[in-house]
Formats: sequence, structure tokens, C-alpha cells
Amino acid sequence: MTSDSIDIINAFALLTNFVILPALSYGSQLALGALAVTLVYSVLRFSNFAQGDSMAFGTMIVILLTGFMIGRGWTISGIPTALLVIPIAIVFTSMYLLTMDRLIYRHYRKIKAKSITIVMSSIGVMFVTGGIVRFVLGATAQKFEDGERFIFSVREFKAYTGLEQGIAFKTSQFLTITIAFLLVAFVFYFLQKTKTGKAMRAYSDNKELALLSGIDPDKMVQITWLLVAALTTIAGALYGLDKGFAPQQYHLLLLPIFASVIVGGIGSPVGAIAGAFLVAFSEILLTYAYKKFLIYLLPLSMHPSSLVQLIGTEYKYAISFVILVIVLLIKPTGLFKGKVIVDE
Amino acid sequence: MNNLNNLWQSYRAVISFALMGLVLLFVGLNQSWALVIGIINMSLISAIMALGVNIQWGYAGLFNVGIMGFAALGGVSVVLISQQPVTEALDAGGIKMLLALALGAATIAAGVLLNRRGVNKWVISLIVVIGYLFTRFYFSEASKLIEKVDPAITGYLGGFGLPVALSWVVGGLAAAGAAWWIGKITLSLRSDYLAIATLGISEIIIYVIKNEDWFVRGLKNVYGLQRPVPYEVDMQKSEWLQNIVAWIHRSELQLLSQSDQIDKLGDYIREASVVFVKLSYSGLFLVILVAFIVLSNLALNSPWGRKVRAIRDNEVAASAMGKNITRQHLQIFVIGSAIVGVAGALLVTYDGIFIPTAYQPLRFTFLIWVMVIVGGSGNNLGSVLGAFIMWFIWIQSGPIGLWVVEMLGNYIQEGNTSLEFIEDRVHYLRLIFMGSIMLLIMRFSPGGILPEKNKEL
Repeated sequence: MTSDSIDIINAFALLTNFVILPALSYGSQLALGALAVTLVYSVLRFSNFAQGDSMAFGTMIVILLTGFMIGRGWTISGIPTALLVIPIAIVFTSMYLLTMDRLIYRHYRKIKAKSITIVMSSIGVMFVTGGIVRFVLGATAQKFEDGERFIFSVREFKAYTGLEQGIAFKTSQFLTITIAFLLVAFVFYFLQKTKTGKAMRAYSDNKELALLSGIDPDKMVQITWLLVAALTTIAGALYGLDKGFAPQQYHLLLLPIFASVIVGGIGSPVGAIAGAFLVAFSEILLTYAYKKFLIYLLPLSMHPSSLVQLIGTEYKYAISFVILVIVLLIKPTGLFKGKVIVDE
Repeated sequence: MNNLNNLWQSYRAVISFALMGLVLLFVGLNQSWALVIGIINMSLISAIMALGVNIQWGYAGLFNVGIMGFAALGGVSVVLISQQPVTEALDAGGIKMLLALALGAATIAAGVLLNRRGVNKWVISLIVVIGYLFTRFYFSEASKLIEKVDPAITGYLGGFGLPVALSWVVGGLAAAGAAWWIGKITLSLRSDYLAIATLGISEIIIYVIKNEDWFVRGLKNVYGLQRPVPYEVDMQKSEWLQNIVAWIHRSELQLLSQSDQIDKLGDYIREASVVFVKLSYSGLFLVILVAFIVLSNLALNSPWGRKVRAIRDNEVAASAMGKNITRQHLQIFVIGSAIVGVAGALLVTYDGIFIPTAYQPLRFTFLIWVMVIVGGSGNNLGSVLGAFIMWFIWIQSGPIGLWVVEMLGNYIQEGNTSLEFIEDRVHYLRLIFMGSIMLLIMRFSPGGILPEKNKEL
């Protein structure tokens, strides 16, 4: 650094580039996944351990279709091809999820199995799904982003503002935040305002009462899986566009997703979203190295020599876990009062 | 036909185990005895692990998705107990590390104690954060110092240099400690919270093992662990083994010339030494497995066991009788995890090396679950049978997969890309295969092969 003056604007720009934007987009991705888990939980009454691998499945379809489209030259310049194929991928993913429901979960609903048995079967589904994805795409990481990489790059930002510290706004981040916002808005509109959405909430609150009011349970279950498929595919595709696709990574997303859901209050959609951002921001704030940030803010004599990183990046999943444990210890219902904290 | 069915119903266990024995005998006759005893040893270790999980699932309906983590704790304790201490590393950073860990422990203790006294939450948070920062500072200093000491060979603190058998007990205790902590937090809540928490802790345990090089060398593995049984080389020199081998093969050896005789005898002795060492392991594992089964059956028939069964069969009624269900579940969870920890320690002892990357959820968590479910959830003998069947399938699924690919290769012409593709990915089919077995058994035969006998009323 050239000057030893305190430079708040550059410090803030640095934080925006490396903490706020990444955390916002990561939080949006988690929010969609957490919303899917919460929906399955509210309507079908089990914690879906297959969520991470279902996201990998949706992303796999997106990657395959993207490859096909690019091969044919059916692209629109500037827009990631993945975005164009998401609707078709949602159709495939919902078919897959509905098949799994028909083959596996429906039976346990019918015999009114304990929720832990269904959780167990969802772990079976998790392994089958993970196996399919790894068999088709392999286990190595890959990127499938094409089109314009940045809304504005570091250089453009620097030239425009004259700041020493640049901010890059990646297309994937922009798309993630916008699409997640729109999708969440749609889900809330659907649940609050439409007739089907209201029926779904009624069904989730009290199954017997809903049955008496003439709500068709099979239809409710199907609509839930359709919504889950949309959320899952989009969350997976956006995460992949942002950070690349690796099956193991998706599998491990289960931890932050569950942490988000439980922090927010299991079964509460608003809670799931709030929880997702809480988890995302804690993860990135705690693993970020504050050296450069402090150099901007502190006078020369106080400049740190170490990285000033609170927790190593390799332990980012431990952060979700610690948040989970703290919430379970202090407020097991979560921030936004969730459904049930003991077995029914 | 009806008779046959009756026979099966009344001698399920005997028939199943006999069939499994026949399969192993067949492999032994066709391939090699060393291979079969290897399979049996791994099955025995898996059976101990499955027994621990079965106690949790069958006696209390607890769903532990973190078997991998508890097994890894057992593995770590083998390294920490039996390896010789690295004095240079201890001199370099041992005291500093001890200080850092003590500081961390003191911070946590202070936080907990102050919280109990009802001190302001912000003050507590401040103390904990400051304590953490200091801990982290000393900790990274110390770990750097330790990891610098001859990183190619040591680069870690080593262990206590105690007999390896002690590490099995310590492995059990370590797993029990972790289980107690997790159980304390989650067992009073919804049943799937335990599943989520165990999944989390097991991944984190593996992350710590992989990343903290000063602890158990991280990804550099620990080689040459202490063995509780003699080495093959020593066995080959021992006279009594030579005499036994010579006596077994005497008729065949008599037909050969002098020099051929010595060569042939040497081959036989080498093979015999491998078999002998593996057999000693088998004896060890069998004793431990039988001890655990006997103990758990004794426990189940004691007053304590009556309480366990009462809670298992009707939680609400037992609760109304004033039984503390959460406490009971915690006990069972801790006991089951301890057994898994012991099995994890035995496994690493048997392998003779500690490889953190070997801990895969499919192999350690999921396979064990499939064993429990296939064998018959709730039935201890079922878990043992399930362990034998599933380990055999697991071991053979690799060769079978390759064989299928080769068969396909006969139909598809040479150099076909799709065939290479399948060859490359065939091992991922294991995930699909194992998942399907579990789902099918759960769906169509929830009791497994040896279903638990009817609940006593």
C-alpha cells in the first residue's frame, strides 16, 4: 500500500467484492435448497437427505442439455446457455423426483411409517441419485458456464470509479441473486395467494382436517415435488454456474442447507431463507482473511503481518455445524418458530 | 414344499450361516485361503461395527448417520496410543501445543461456567472470542513448529508408545465421548436432528483428521502401526510352523527331488505364514465379537434390559411409568457408538496403516447400515450375518462389475468409446447398487433375513 492513510471507501469496496457479493449469491443458492427441504418437511413430514444429490441430479441434466445445445450451436450470445435449458431440466428433475416418490416414499406414507424410516429411505435415494450423477458425469469438477462472464469486471470498475480497489460483478452472481429473488417471490405468492397454495398450507397444518375439506392429498404431494424440482434444479444450476460442478461438493451442501432450515425453524419458508443468508454470511465472514481490509483501515504501524483469518477455509462446513449446534442448544424451534421440535 | 418352508422358518439362522459358510468354502477351494480368511476378518470387524449400530437402531430406534466419524475416532486412537512419540517434535512445539489446547479448553469452560452464573451474554461472548483468538494464534504457531520436524517421515507429535490393545479401549471411549456430546444436544429433540447432527460431526471429524498434520499426519498417512500378532517373516523362521507345513504336505513332497522339495516347502511355508497371521487376527476379532454379543444379550435380560425393551416396545407407556426415555436413549447411543469406535480401532490395527482418505461415507456409514437392515434390524445375530453377506458382495462387486464390462466388450466392437466410458465409471455403480439393496429390503422385507422375534408383552 502506498499511503498509510485510512481508506474506508476502498476497504468497503474490498469487502463488497470478497464478502458481500459472494455471500449474497451463496446465500441465495442455499435459500432455494433450504426452501425445498422445508417444503418437503412441511408437506411430507421428513427431512430429505437426498436434497444435495437431487441438486446434483438437476445440474447434471442442465450440463447435458447445455452440451447438446452448444454442440448444435443453439446459443444466444451473452447469456449462459445453461439458463436457457433450465425449464427443460426442471421437467426431467420433476419426473425423477415424482418417480422416486411413487416407488419409495408413497409406500411409507400409506403405511404411516415413522418419519425416521422415511428419512432412512431418503438416504437410500441419496446414494442412488449420487451414483447416477457420478456414473453419468464422473466425479471430477467441471465448469459449464459460457457467455458473458462479468456484468462489470474489476478493470471496468476501477476505470469508472477511480478507486484503487476494484469490484467485479460476475454474471453468475447477478443471475443467482435475481433469479433467486424472483423464484422466492413466486413461491410465496403461490403459497399465500393461490387456491392450490392455500390448500397446500392447510394440508401441511392438519392432514385430517384438510382431507375432510376435500383436498386431494396425492395432488398436494405432486405439487410439492414439482415445486421442489424447480427449486432444486435452479439452486443446483446457479451454484454450478457460480462455483463449478462437483458431485461431492453438492453432496456436502446438505450440511449448510440443513443448518439454514433448522436455524430458521424447520417447516417455516421465511425462516429457511433467513437461515440461508445467516449461514452463508457467517461462513464467508469467518473464513475471509482480513489482512488487506485491515491494511486499508489501520495506520501503517498497526498493519497485521498474518492473514487475520478466523477459521481456515477447509473448515467452512464446520461453521454450519457449529451454528446448528448453537441453535439446537439455545432455541431448538429456530429463529422463526418452526413446526415441531419433538416427534409427533 | 410346505415342509421345506417350515424348516426354513425354524432354522433360519442356522441355514443362512451355513449357506454363507458354503459360499466362503467355495471361494477358498477355488481361489485362495488367504483371500477367504481376509474376507472373514473384514466381515468380523464389520459385524462388530454393525452390532454397535444395531444396538442403537434396534434397541432405541436411533438413526446414526455418522458411523464413519466414530470409526475414524477409533482409528485415530490407534495412532495416538501405539505410535512411538516423536521427541524432536515434542521438544519443538509440544508444550506450546499443550498450552494452546489448554487455553482453548479454559475458554470453553469459562464460557460454560459464566453462562451458568448468569453473567451478561455479551460479556461471555467477548471473553470467548478473545480466548479463541489467543488459542488460534498459539495453536497455529505450535502446529507450524511441529509440522516442520522432518515432514517426510514424522511431522507430527506421534503417540504414547503404549500397547496397541489399549488403543481399542481408548477408541471406544473417544467415540463414546463424541456420542455423549452429540446425544446430549439432540436426543431430547426430533429424531431426525440426531441424524443430521451425526452426519455433520462425522464429516467434521474427517476434515480435522485430513487437515491437522500435527495430529495424525493428515493426508500423509501413518505407516507401520504396531501389530498385536507376529509378523509373517518371523513366522517363516519358526520351527514348529515349518514342521507342521512339512507334515501336512509330506506325501506330495516325498515325490520331489531334494532341491525341488526345499523350493516347494518354502512356498508352502510362506503361504502358511500369511494364513496363520490372518487366522490369529480372526481369533482376536471373533473373541471380541462374541464378547460383545454375549454382553449385550446379558444386558438385555437384566433389569436394565427390561427397561430398554419396555421403552422400545412402547415409548408412551414406559414414559407414563416414569422411565426417563431421553436418558435411556443417551445411554444406548453412547454404548453403540463406543462399540463402533472399538471396531474402527480394530480395523486400523488390522490394516496396519492409517489412511484418512479411506473414510468414505459409502463404505463406513452406508455399507454398515445396509448390513444391519439386510441382516434384520434389531437382531444381533442378524447384524453378524448381514455383515458377512454384504462384505462378501461389496468385495466381489468390483470384480463382477469388471466381468460384466468384459462380457459387454465381447458384443461391442473393439475401441468403442462407450465401453471405455463404462469401464471408467463402473465403480460408481456401487452407489446405485447398495442404495437399491437398502431400498428394496426396506420396502419388501423390512424385517431382513433374520427378523427380530416378536415383541414380548
